[in-house]
Amino acid sequence: MSGLKKSLLVSIWFMFLTFPIMVVKVDIIEKTVQWRWKNLILVGLGSFFLSFLWRYLLEKKEKGAKKKEMGQAEMGLIQKIFTVPRYSRPIYLLFLIFILVFPFIFSTYQTNIMISALIYVLLGLGLNIVVGLAGLLDLGYVAFYAVGAYSYALLNYHYGLGFWTVLPIGGFLAAIFGILLGFPVLRLRGDYLAIVTLGFGEIIRLVLENWDEFSFGPSGIANIPRPGLFGIELDVQTATTYIYYLMVIMALITIFVVNRLQNSRLGRAWLALREDEIACQAMGIDKIKTKLTAFALGATWAGFGGVIFAAKTTFINPASFTFLESAIILSIVVLGGMGSIVGVVLAALIMILLPEYLRAFSEYRMLIFGASMVLMMVFRPQGLIANVRRKYLYNAVQSRKTGESR
Amino acid sequence: MQPILDVQRMTMDFGGLRAVDSVDLQVHPDEIVALIGPNGAGKTTFFNCITGIYVPTAGDIYVLTRNKEKKRINGYKPNKVTELGMARTFQNIRLFPNMTVLENVMIGRHPRTRSWILGAIFRPKSTRQEEQEIIDYSYHLLQKVGLEKYVNELAMNLPYGAQRRLEIARAMATEPVLLLLDEPAAGMNPQETAELKELIQQIRDEEKIAILLIEHDMKLVMNISDVVYVMEYGRLLARGTPEEIKENPQVIKAYLGEDHDA
Repeated sequence: MSGLKKSLLVSIWFMFLTFPIMVVKVDIIEKTVQWRWKNLILVGLGSFFLSFLWRYLLEKKEKGAKKKEMGQAEMGLIQKIFTVPRYSRPIYLLFLIFILVFPFIFSTYQTNIMISALIYVLLGLGLNIVVGLAGLLDLGYVAFYAVGAYSYALLNYHYGLGFWTVLPIGGFLAAIFGILLGFPVLRLRGDYLAIVTLGFGEIIRLVLENWDEFSFGPSGIANIPRPGLFGIELDVQTATTYIYYLMVIMALITIFVVNRLQNSRLGRAWLALREDEIACQAMGIDKIKTKLTAFALGATWAGFGGVIFAAKTTFINPASFTFLESAIILSIVVLGGMGSIVGVVLAALIMILLPEYLRAFSEYRMLIFGASMVLMMVFRPQGLIANVRRKYLYNAVQSRKTGESR
Repeated sequence: MQPILDVQRMTMDFGGLRAVDSVDLQVHPDEIVALIGPNGAGKTTFFNCITGIYVPTAGDIYVLTRNKEKKRINGYKPNKVTELGMARTFQNIRLFPNMTVLENVMIGRHPRTRSWILGAIFRPKSTRQEEQEIIDYSYHLLQKVGLEKYVNELAMNLPYGAQRRLEIARAMATEPVLLLLDEPAAGMNPQETAELKELIQQIRDEEKIAILLIEHDMKLVMNISDVVYVMEYGRLLARGTPEEIKENPQVIKAYLGEDHDA
């Protein structure tokens, strides 16, 4: 009964709130006021039912939390599908096949979108090292992306270096920048770290924007060559397909490497650093070395991503590296689930592909984006797919491990 | 016999406040040494100084490292101190809550293992062996402290007493020569305290690890310590065997007040 009353109050409140915009319509030319009472009823009914739904879901979530405390947690359906090998293996296989044949089924335009999505997979996984594993909130991640992109553009412009030469150089330069950023922020944590990294990202962008002799300012650099294939000139369509497969391979390598890193001595040290800095040091972990490694390795992937981005678009300017990009990459990591590779990949694909295919609703894009963020954080704060800790199984004499974590 | 830990006239100032005032303390091999004193006496500050969390204002700290050399460790970073052979636990438990019990202990193996980025990515034979060694060693330690049934639980889901034990196991994973326990029995019931006492003695007798502990539980302290140091207002008030300390009028005064009306 109290639920009914609450929902009633909610609907009255919403009718009141939306009254000026939904009901009253002033026609300035005719100087008349139109009263659209029908809208009022719709808003009332809508908010009434939504509030019911909202409470039902919250209750369900609390029940789940209680069960978890009592040690009989059930995995959610999505979680189950992606983490239990019996279900996940066929899905991964199907997904891989789909990815491999993608350019033959869809148009060049679609392939291009997919390349962008894959670049974000790379960026998301890179940032996942810094934020998800080492727990260092980095809001200026896009700076390393810019470093990668500009190192290809500039090295090519001045010295004529090719894509394959610059790919490792770009990654390396980004790593150097990662360490450069790492040193001053070694002592900082949480919000303070976030602010400094945010500033760092802006500095890089502003330098690129204003230092005309170096970076050609806002007009950017055009005619960046696409990656070559043993010196063969490729037309746009073939080149796109080529970059697409390159990107798939890069993404696979990234997943492989990040997975390996996560399940290593170094990965455990990052986790410990995230969990408790003082205890981590007391366990003999060198905080400075571990943090700088996280920054450097995270930045490396952004560097690779940047080089590929420059090669793909053939034109870059500072406008591609705004704070919004950092924010999107960060939301990929958070939405996907901190430290969870599958989650981050999934989130990257959703975050980049959905807006592209929902162009019909483009006016409501940011609205939907914001609403889904809020809903996610309320109902699944651990992300789409939470990172499950790896389990080890023992025999008395010989021990072996089972169940790879993702 | 050379002391494992030799602290000489160590002083720690925080601005105008002298938290630790010219304290001397020695721990010899196979000894259980207790550091007691009223709240705010500077015991934990003393711990933080010798483990490198603070840099002492004056004085010397010498450690007999695992390779039997005497080393002055003033200003060493905490991780370096652990590497040299001193491991600690914390007054307010500081586990890694979102990692499993086993992983917590595995972290402790960090200073005794080597693999880094390349080892992690390419996972050569040496790294795989090292990983297996880490797992085995850690599991073995968990068995020793009686936590093997919790292996794959998250550390935060453990009962309180078990969390204390896990902290000790994690510290032992660093293969210390000296184990520093900051109020290990705080918040434990008599049953758990009795088990803890056994564990501490077992560590000393079987692992040959010397122990320095801060503790308020007098029964525990008087039962297991070889030497007791008493601190008050940052100064060392007394040192001696438990029997001597029990009889020491200054100590009784510090704890109960002069008029016995505390």
